[in-house]
Amino acid sequence: MTLSAGDRKLRGQSRWGTLALGIVTWLVAALFFFPVFWMVLNSFKTELVANTKPVLLFEPTLERWQAATESIPGLLSFSEAFYNSFLVVIVSTLLVLVMAIPAAYALSIYPIKNWRDALFFFISTKFLPVVAAILPLWYMAKELGLLNTHLVLIILYTAMNLPLAVWMLNSFFNEVPRELIEAAQMDGTGLLGQIKDVMLPIVAPGIAATALLCFIFAWNEFFLAVQLNPVEGSTVPVWVSTSVTTRGQFMAKLSAASTLAVLPVVIAGWVAQKRMIRGLSMGAIK
Amino acid sequence: VTAYAGPVADPDPAATRAAAIAEFQRRDRRRRRLPLLPALLFTILVTQVPFVLNIWISLQDWTIVPPRGPDFTGIENFTLGYSNPFFLDAVMVSITQTVAAVLLSLLIGTGLALLLDRQFFGRGIARTLLITPFLIMPVVAGILWKNQIFNSTFGVLNAVIEGLGFDAIPFVERYPFWSIVTVLVWQWSPFMMLIILAGLQGQPTDILEAARVDRASSRGIFTQITLPLLRPYMELGIVLGSIYLLQVFDQVDVMTGGGPGSTNVPYFVYQRSIGGGWDFGLAAAYSIIVVIATIIIATFALRVLSSLFHRQESV
Repeated sequence: MTLSAGDRKLRGQSRWGTLALGIVTWLVAALFFFPVFWMVLNSFKTELVANTKPVLLFEPTLERWQAATESIPGLLSFSEAFYNSFLVVIVSTLLVLVMAIPAAYALSIYPIKNWRDALFFFISTKFLPVVAAILPLWYMAKELGLLNTHLVLIILYTAMNLPLAVWMLNSFFNEVPRELIEAAQMDGTGLLGQIKDVMLPIVAPGIAATALLCFIFAWNEFFLAVQLNPVEGSTVPVWVSTSVTTRGQFMAKLSAASTLAVLPVVIAGWVAQKRMIRGLSMGAIK
Repeated sequence: VTAYAGPVADPDPAATRAAAIAEFQRRDRRRRRLPLLPALLFTILVTQVPFVLNIWISLQDWTIVPPRGPDFTGIENFTLGYSNPFFLDAVMVSITQTVAAVLLSLLIGTGLALLLDRQFFGRGIARTLLITPFLIMPVVAGILWKNQIFNSTFGVLNAVIEGLGFDAIPFVERYPFWSIVTVLVWQWSPFMMLIILAGLQGQPTDILEAARVDRASSRGIFTQITLPLLRPYMELGIVLGSIYLLQVFDQVDVMTGGGPGSTNVPYFVYQRSIGGGWDFGLAAAYSIIVVIATIIIATFALRVLSSLFHRQESV
């Protein structure tokens, strides 16, 4: 959609003003993106080039990407870390949805009496700092033999994202028009039919946005992973951080590792950005 | 009269109806509650049980290195913990770090959203570039800024500074607080931008049109219509930003590993427990203090949230 001259006049913008603001926006966007661009650029350098004064022009090589994905015996490897991350993140996100969707239903469509208190309880758990719970969590995991397992991360990532998911889904369910549900009830549609035919089509984009945010937060989580699952079976953030401690020249290799680590979430975020704008606002002010 | 325990031949119809209604209401309550229970029980189990355990630990003299305890000591850990000046430093770092990062992110994020909320060439691509920092793994963000931007030899920022004829500045070493805040703001401005953008796109176009037809000035439209409409979105951004930024750990860990100006409360507690101190009792006492302080802050924040809820109700 482009604005006509009249529209522009009404909005009080001149053609030059529009152009200037567009250029400013582009410059700011480039500035914000620059660190990421620089990281990707460095990953194509040799260590010799990367570990000197910064340069823009050089002969690109994939050598450090190979080095980053090579497995070294005794260290967490690229393929292991990615397998672990995908497993933990996908299973926990599914668990979140399995529990959060019925919960949001019980808070909005067919609400319990104290739905507001319940909603507050969920979000209030997010205010308690994880680090304050790490000690008992570590101790419990140790006693239950869960240290260094996928399961401990799956449980904790589910708990970490569940409140946010309940909260978001609640507001998406609130957008389902009551009249549609009542009409379906009058037609004698059963509960499952109501959910499948009336509610799901309306809340599906909201569920997708919620799942995406859970995916982002779980994929990027470092603290719990490094405390409770620090060795072999660990996840991508731990893999990146162990690349740093490797002695010697590491900048280009680290850049390659970092680029790989952020790729899944960045791609998912790029694809779903519009949905995320809606999801992040959580329909809270709807 | 003997007590007759068999079925009543002719029951009082009103009583039966009342009982049936009560039974129905009981079932209805249960049916409504049932879908909520898995999420509720899971959350209670995983988030509340550790805190109860923490209270018990905080009352013990219990260290792992050297192995000692647990022996009950009462509130000794709390008096010890409270009087540690480094703890108060960490509290100050946490508060200033969160306030600085949240406010700067909100300010910059709002600016970005206003820039994006207009038609220009390649708007979708510009938005894509702008949201990217929010998607970057915090550990990677910390490492990236420390080694490739701020570093006094390899850092691209220092290359620019030296190119302008000044001396390189070892940012992270000299300004640990602001270096970390910079990275936080870089990551969270796009988040604030997304929320504000949702607010801007939710503006009722008819009101804007009416204002324009009435020849209201751009500034007038902004301060009289746009800003009041954005307020709840800004509040939401502040609350969500504070929730996550109070807990910052990753960037501190990979950028400075603690130290004056960068050890915030999460890092402080970590250092005293499984991060090397291994003094479980003391660390638990610190956590309890943190939790109480957080609850006080959260009460205010939740009041803001609750105003969001009321608005949701009234519309």
